[in-house]
Formats: sequence, C-alpha cells, structure tokens
Amino acid sequence: MVKKIKNLKEFSLSNDRFEGANLMCPGCSHNIIVREVLNATNDPVIVATATGCLEVCTAVYPKTSWDVSWIHIGFENAAVAAATVSAAYEVMKRKGKLPPATQKMVDEGREPKIVAFAGDGGTYDIGFQSLSGAFERGHNFMYVCLDNEVYANTGGQRSSSTPIGASTTTSPAGSVSYGEKMQKKSMVEIMADHGAPYVAQVSPSKWKDLVKKVQKGFEVYGPVYINAQSACTTEWKHAPEDTIEVSDLGVESCVWPLYEIINERDEHGIIYSTKLNITYRPKKKIPVEEYLAAQPRFRHLFKPENRHIIDLWQKAVDARWEYLQRREEAGV
Amino acid sequence: MAKDMKHIDIEEIQKLGWDELIPGAALFSFREPVEDVVEVPMEERPYAPTNSHEWQVGDWRVEKPVYNRDLCIDCQFCWVFCPDMSILSRDKKMIGVIYEHCKGCGICVEVCPTNPKSLLMFPEHMDNDEALKRWPQKEEKKKD
Ligand SMILES: Cc1ncc(C[n+]2csc(CCOP(=O)(O)OP(=O)(O)O)c2C)c(N)n1
Ligand code: SF4
Ligand code: SF4
Ligand code: SF4
Ligand SMILES: [Mg+2]
Repeated sequence: MVKKIKNLKEFSLSNDRFEGANLMCPGCSHNIIVREVLNATNDPVIVATATGCLEVCTAVYPKTSWDVSWIHIGFENAAVAAATVSAAYEVMKRKGKLPPATQKMVDEGREPKIVAFAGDGGTYDIGFQSLSGAFERGHNFMYVCLDNEVYANTGGQRSSSTPIGASTTTSPAGSVSYGEKMQKKSMVEIMADHGAPYVAQVSPSKWKDLVKKVQKGFEVYGPVYINAQSACTTEWKHAPEDTIEVSDLGVESCVWPLYEIINERDEHGIIYSTKLNITYRPKKKIPVEEYLAAQPRFRHLFKPENRHIIDLWQKAVDARWEYLQRREEAGV
Repeated sequence: MAKDMKHIDIEEIQKLGWDELIPGAALFSFREPVEDVVEVPMEERPYAPTNSHEWQVGDWRVEKPVYNRDLCIDCQFCWVFCPDMSILSRDKKMIGVIYEHCKGCGICVEVCPTNPKSLLMFPEHMDNDEALKRWPQKEEKKKD
C-alpha cells in the first residue's frame, strides 16, 4: 500500500523503525538514507545488510538498532539474502503458511517489502556477482547501494566506485600521484541493462525525490536497484555538519544526477520499452570545482600540477549530463 | 550461562563479559511482540534492553544543538536530515532534541532555514536557559 506523503510535515508523522544510539559516525549519510527508505512505507519491511559501516555499527553485540526483521549476511551477498527471503516468502504465501500477523497485513494490502542495503564495496566490487545473479533471476526485492565511493568501514580503501582524483588509503595523493586513476563505474546503467523494471539514482538531500523513487520501486514486481549518494564525513573528510550541503553540491553540479530508468517487458521477458527520466534539473548547473573544493579528499587537485584533473572532471560530468539528456529526449 | 535477553538489565549487560552472553543469541528489539511497529510511537514501545534505543551516545558531543521554540516554523528539515533519529516531532510540530541519542553533528543547525536559526550549537556544559538568553539577533542579508 503506498503511504501518502504529500509534504515534509506529513512525512514527519512517521514512526522510525531504525533506532538511535547506533554507532555510525556523527553526520553519516547512510543513516539518513536508511531512515528515508524505511519511512517511505508503512508496510512491514525485511532488511538484509551486507557487512560494511551500516551493519557493523547498527548491530554491535549485545545491541540492535533495527525494529524491522533484519538479517546480517556476508560482505558479498546481501542480494542473495534478500532474494532468498523473497523466494521463501512467495512460497509461504502460495501455500498459505504465512504467520497470522503477516497474513493479516497482506490481506489489508500491506505486502512485506524486502530491502537489501550494502555499501559500494559490497555492490560495485565484491557483491557484484551475487547481485547480478539475483537481478537476472528476477527476484522481487529492492537493493539500495549506500554509495560513499570507498570501503569506509575498513579504513578508506578505493573501490570501483571511487571517482578519479580522490585520495584514499590505497590511492593516496602525494608528490607522484594525484590519487585515484580510474573513472567511477556506471553502476546505474549496468543494473538497468539487467532488464530490471526500475532503477534509479537518489540523494538523501533531495528527500522527496528519494521517497518517490523508493515508493515506485516498491510498487513494481521484480528486482529494483537504487544507487544512493552517501557523503561520508570520515572518508570525504568534510565537517559532519556539511553532509547535506556536500550532497546538494553533488546534485547541483550534475556530478550526482538524479534520474530513473524504467524497463518494460512482455510475457516472454523481452524488453519492449526502456525510458530514462531525469527527475531533477538544477536551475543553474554549478561548476564541478565547487563540489570538489568542499571535500578535502580532493584538496590536492587544486595544486597547479593537478589542475588538469579538475578540467577532466568537468568534461566527464558535462558529457554524462549530455548523454542522460539525449537518452531522455529520445525516450530510450 | 543462559540469560534472558528480553528482561536483562542494561547495567547488568554492561557489566557482563562478552562470553557471558549467549553466543549467537537473538537480540530482541522489544520485550514483547509489537504487532505493527509503525503505529506505535517511540514513547509507547516496549523496548528491550538489547535495543540501542535504550542506550545513549550523548557523551560523544562537545557541542549540543539547543532549540528555540519562539523562532521555529516547524518546517521539519531538522527532522528529516538528522541522521540519528534525535529530533522529536509530533503532530507536524518540532518538539525538541533527544539528547541521549544526539551525536552533535550539527546538521540540524545547518539545514534550519529561519533567521536567526531556531537551532544553534552551544558548548555541552552550558545550560539551555543560558543558551537561549544568548541567542543572536536577526542577521541582515548580505548584499552580493
Ligand atoms: C569477504 C570479506 N572481505 C573483506 C571483509 C572486510 N570488510 C568489512 S567491511 C569492508 C568495507 C565495506 O565497504 P563498503 O561496502 O563500501 O561499505 P561502507 O563501509 O563504505 O559503507 C570490508 C573490506 C569482509 N567482511 N568480508
Ligand atoms: S565512515 Fe563514513 S559511512 Fe562509515 S559511519 Fe562514518 S561517515 Fe558513515
Ligand atoms: S546535532 Fe546531529 S544528531 Fe544532534 S539533533 Fe542535530 S542533526 Fe541530530
Ligand atoms: S529546521 Fe528549524 S525551523 Fe525547521 S522545524 Fe527544525 S528547528 Fe524548526
Ligand atoms: Mg563504501
């Protein structure tokens, strides 16, 4: 059942199912994303969480911060856990073996929502094959990647989501290096190319856009991928109070464009329509430089010898924004 | 030694060594089943001592956000962006800060749109009444 959330005041009536006094850093975006996702629905939710900051800091023995059913699984298989829950749920439902409380909610039109949360390390890299498999098999669940562009929980190693020029512990900037050498992987398109019915990119700073997309994702049948920008005060090295501002700079500069891809399939599984919608268009696209300057992980790029990387960034962001606009225009 | 994790005392847990708890034991969110959690506000939930809600992280702070009701327009920006469920809002109104869970990140202050702000950071040791007395005046808009 879609929860009615017309505005922020209405949203604030939500009773959180994720609890305080967890051990995430002050100002961590992961928490903001989890709150927004869980509060997007009043239906029961079952969460699977891969190892990473979120899992490690919300289930420190002997405490839990979860008021929903929650499974911790290995670093590399959040998607498998969620897919398995989804498959088991469908069998139990078909055989009429759901617990009475769950059955009652289902009868009221409140189907449980199955959500996997994993970091970019657990998604772009190590969890990729299990994620790809679960999407190919078409299980009915939502996968949310908390993308802080680094293996934060183990001390900030680069991942295939780390953008070019970022200084991380395994791509440190210094006299011989400007930091990370590779461009960030396009995870959203890769997941859309699995034929998933709904794929979207979100930022916690645009809460309404995020909530709308999560609600759309909950309404479709099949695997849904949500790529969530997650500014990390510890590894991006900005002040904790600046988390929302840094996120906004990412969105306003089009470094982190907000869009969705919708695939429609016929009864044979053949995709007959793919549509990309840009869901937020900055009134005035700000220079990428402003986004980079707000995060000390890019500080070294402002040295004369590294300035060319900033130019490269701008070029890449412009090209990508152009690409998204063209796809939207062409309806593909 | 088997322990009843639903009814154990927080102080008792804190005193126990890790090996005195049941390895692999389920950590209960609530002392008794709650049929529909979304319908039950925080103050009415039968939290188990193993729910982090019953613990506190307030001592992480060096500065705390202080709330000024007189200036607040109840926009709820602080509520939605607080990472730690530490802004208490009821019936679309902001009520205050849950100091046991607030980590002092300062996000709520940054996103507060009023002028002067309705939330401001003050040193942890200062009395809230004293902080309210020292509230700044309205800031003139800087001319570009
Ligand atoms: C198979 C395996 N390899 C390595 C680890 C160690 N490990 C735990 S968390 C983590 C980093 C997680 O990074 P990411 O998925 O990006 O999540 P974040 O902490 O950044 O939110 C690593 C490498 C592990 N738990 N399991
Ligand atoms: S290291 Fe980053 S992602 Fe992890 S808890 Fe801290 S701020 Fe959040
Ligand atoms: S300082 Fe941070 S944790 Fe505390 S109430 Fe404000 S936003 Fe929440
Ligand atoms: S952000 Fe400021 S004005 Fe808005 S509800 Fe919070 S305290 Fe009130
Ligand atoms: Mg990460």
